[in-house]
Amino acid sequence: MIEQFLFAVFAVLACGGAIAVAATQNVVRMALWLVVSLGSVAALFFLLHADFLGAAQLLIYVGGTVVLLVFGVMLTASGPTVQIKTSPAEGFLGAGVGLLLLSVLMFSVRSVSWIDLESRVKSRNLSQNVADAIAGQLADVSEDFASHESDPALRSSARESREILVARSQAGRTVRQLGMAFYGLRPDRDLNHAPGSRLAPGYLLPFEIVSVHLLVVLVGAAYLARAKRRVDAGITEDL
Amino acid sequence: MHGPLASLTIQQFLADRLASLGSYELVALVVFLLAGLVHATFLISLFAVLPMVYIWLERKVAGRIQDRLGPTRVGGKFGWLQTLADGIKLIQKEDLIPASADSMIFRASPYLAAVASFAAFMVLPISDGWVGVASECGAFLILAILSLEVFGIILAGYSSGSKWALFGAMREAAQMVSYEIPMAICALVPLVIAGSLNLQVVGRMQSGGFWNWFIFHDPFAFFAFFCYFTVATASVKRAPFDLAEAESELVAGFHTEYSGFRWSIFFLAEYASMFAVSGVAVLLFLGGWDTGLCFPETLLSGIRGWGEDFPVRGFVLGGYLINLFGAKVFIVKASLLVLVQIWVRWTLPRLRIDQVMTTCLKYLVPISCVLFLGAVLWPLILASSDLRRPVLFGSPLGAHASLAPVSNGLVARQVNPEDVSGIAGNAGRMAR
Repeated sequence: MIEQFLFAVFAVLACGGAIAVAATQNVVRMALWLVVSLGSVAALFFLLHADFLGAAQLLIYVGGTVVLLVFGVMLTASGPTVQIKTSPAEGFLGAGVGLLLLSVLMFSVRSVSWIDLESRVKSRNLSQNVADAIAGQLADVSEDFASHESDPALRSSARESREILVARSQAGRTVRQLGMAFYGLRPDRDLNHAPGSRLAPGYLLPFEIVSVHLLVVLVGAAYLARAKRRVDAGITEDL
Repeated sequence: MHGPLASLTIQQFLADRLASLGSYELVALVVFLLAGLVHATFLISLFAVLPMVYIWLERKVAGRIQDRLGPTRVGGKFGWLQTLADGIKLIQKEDLIPASADSMIFRASPYLAAVASFAAFMVLPISDGWVGVASECGAFLILAILSLEVFGIILAGYSSGSKWALFGAMREAAQMVSYEIPMAICALVPLVIAGSLNLQVVGRMQSGGFWNWFIFHDPFAFFAFFCYFTVATASVKRAPFDLAEAESELVAGFHTEYSGFRWSIFFLAEYASMFAVSGVAVLLFLGGWDTGLCFPETLLSGIRGWGEDFPVRGFVLGGYLINLFGAKVFIVKASLLVLVQIWVRWTLPRLRIDQVMTTCLKYLVPISCVLFLGAVLWPLILASSDLRRPVLFGSPLGAHASLAPVSNGLVARQVNPEDVSGIAGNAGRMAR
């Protein structure tokens, strides 16, 4: 009951903040509304027990991006940049993109079979003891799973119950699972037990490559920012 | 509240008591609200009382360092009620908003800063199992929350419509954006040693003697503590890094236009975040709620489990007293670090803005990277020698850590799966 209430509050805040961002014309006020909207999204993540995702949302978007936005505005704060006036063409374009996004979202919402998901959603009403009990059941189901090696029907049902049980026992404990998934260990997806498949591919290497790219961008930006001064210094030396 | 830290929360405790009183939904709601109220009251009183003490301490220490007496009149010989008198004065002052200010942001920004500072208290474990919101990634969460306070400061400076305030805010933004990097890297050093982002796990692994504290774990962790503390001082904009205020250059920096209650909210937030970053330092490096000495710890373990079910069923008096003592130890340790911050403020001159940026980008970032690399390589180098200590995913370092499940005030009891304990996700998890 209280979860639904909090969900409603934060969902309204997230949407209202987003609308206010679009409706305001002052950039700094936009940033304030952006904080409201992004912070509410983080709160929704916390409500869904995705602590890591919520913290990342706070750190990257609210603490990083918005601060940089305001910082940029302060450096350039004069005249036309503080007040943003959109032309009708821009409004039309923005509305078109928004409607397209909305239709994609509606499409994906309709393509999910919600009845199947209901059983998983129930896993939220769990206490620690129930979670422990489920961990016990999970071990049993794993044994079942191993014993049904030959029968595909029993096997798929066992896999399904196993996935649900794993999802239940992990409510709120996403950090270790995220770390494991980086190494390619996905106990919830059962990728490692499927016949003929090897260990699922991890995300560690792509992640590292992306982060090194970011570092390269940072160094490049620093170099570009310094280059002008060096040229000036060279010219004055020549003179 | 998760995994090895399984213990009873206030909410579960109340749910256990009240389960027979009414319908499931109603009792669940009442229990949730009651537990939330208990947590909020405790944290808000901590959030309000600690800055009061620190502001008095700041004035006293400043006075002593400058060969004065500091406050002496209000509240007896040592002037210990001076902060309260100041607070009453500040509330009575007129609330001024400049004509050129953006009044909505101007009014909102002190509360943004204070809320961010208060949110850090929610994930900070005060004692073994005493935490407002027990999160599996508490360390990451608290670093994320601590980076939000800057937002209130920047908006305050921007919306004031004053050049001094704008300069202060710009300096603060530049400083915070760069100092977050070494802060996170330095905090990673003990987290790598612990192998967990859960602050309670990190605290427990350091129990059983000061040689188990992560600051003494390896030379890199030792230097990482000093690096972290320097960066933390900068991140709460304390001298010598208080460029955002810089009284001698910018009048009062970002809060030039503020007065009265809103101004005092900024100071509440500043002193509260001083405690928060010091608390994180204590948890990550200095053993958390552990005294670090053999004698008090053995004495305490004697009363562990003593007085079970004493006032009410499910409550262990001995464990509660141990946790109370642990909370005191934690607060005293963090307050000592705050005292160091105050001492540094009144003895070191303020850096220039270019010196602040140089210190961070040219010195602290490379130093913290080297320390992190060294801390990661250290166990590998020592793996073959006798100096090796259990490092990653091993059993807890501390001797008392094995007694952990008993050490909580409440013994975990079987809760009926059908009963009330389900609703609350993250709110209401202060385990006792």
